[in-house]
Amino acid sequence: MDPAPAAGDGAHPDTWVVIPLFNEAAVIGDVVRGVRQELAHVVCVDDGSTDGSGELARAAGAKVVRHPVNLGQGAALQTGIEYALSRPGARYVVTFDADGQHQVTDALDMLARAREEDLAAVFGSRFLSERVEAGLVRRIVLKLAVWFTRQSTGMRLTDAHNGLRVIRADAARRIRLRQDGMAHASEIVLHIGRTGLPWAEHPVHVLYTDYSRGKGQSSLNSVNILVDLVFR
Amino acid sequence: MNPDGTPVSSGITLIQVLLILGIVGVALLLNRTTADSRHQAIRRLLLLGFVVAAVVSVAFPTVLSQLAGFVGVGRGTDLLLYALVIAFLSFIATSLRRTRQLTSRITVLARELALAQARIEDAESRETPSSAQDPAPPPPSPPADPS
Repeated sequence: MDPAPAAGDGAHPDTWVVIPLFNEAAVIGDVVRGVRQELAHVVCVDDGSTDGSGELARAAGAKVVRHPVNLGQGAALQTGIEYALSRPGARYVVTFDADGQHQVTDALDMLARAREEDLAAVFGSRFLSERVEAGLVRRIVLKLAVWFTRQSTGMRLTDAHNGLRVIRADAARRIRLRQDGMAHASEIVLHIGRTGLPWAEHPVHVLYTDYSRGKGQSSLNSVNILVDLVFR
Repeated sequence: MNPDGTPVSSGITLIQVLLILGIVGVALLLNRTTADSRHQAIRRLLLLGFVVAAVVSVAFPTVLSQLAGFVGVGRGTDLLLYALVIAFLSFIATSLRRTRQLTSRITVLARELALAQARIEDAESRETPSSAQDPAPPPPSPPADPS
């Protein structure tokens, strides 16, 4: 089986894109193909999907690591990071959402910045960019998450729950996510903050398509995130 | 039962027997769990105290009312309700903690399984050079025939 046309090994061979994947059959193929045009190594962690998402990702040219049961996005990220770090020559890990809300160009910009400024981590932020399309409730919830992250980690991030990140291998090795669910984002920040390595935020554009709006976390689910953060 | 809640004097009633049997049964069921020894010992002592208190309160209902009056609660049933609320909350807390421990164990297990599977697939794809997914060089010698 010949995977979709993709960038050769010359395109960022030291970078692994980690995509946690759970029931995104409608978009995952396009997302993987889009990423692979620029970044050769993509690992999708199929978190027990029931709609064949894993097969579609594999057909699109991604390496698929499959959880036998659904564990949650945080657990999938941890698995993907561990897999990426086990690959020979892996130097950067890029976390990327499966629902197509992130731009590959943003990831490339962040990767370039990490290399140029020798940063251990670059976090994507919706709020450094002017193009914020989030609704009022979502914005309030995201700001609350930022506040909690700031209280618990001391890191002044503007957007704690953005799925697009570039993490250098030495920092990624220090990440041990124990929050299987959605509260892992603050945990990643916390673990990277503890390393004391340099980091930065980079403005990214998040596309809230009808698809991601329909699929994405409802504002009610952010109650779960906040509770998870407070009662860890 | 008399209207004021004191037992009739004609010995043990059926409900007393049923309640005591039920409490003992639950106590035996709860005791069949395992955890680290110190917490387990504390839990068992608490459980023993609970069982004794439950039996006493069923056998001598007036004791509960007297105790309630002593601690400033109106009736023995109210005291029982409060004690139950506390017991229920502590049960929620304990089972939540246990569930988390269990979940994190399952996560570790499932991850190991997934990564082991991925290692096997990677090793297989290295043997067939047609799939150019893996940039790593092929192993120096093919593995021995497993059969």
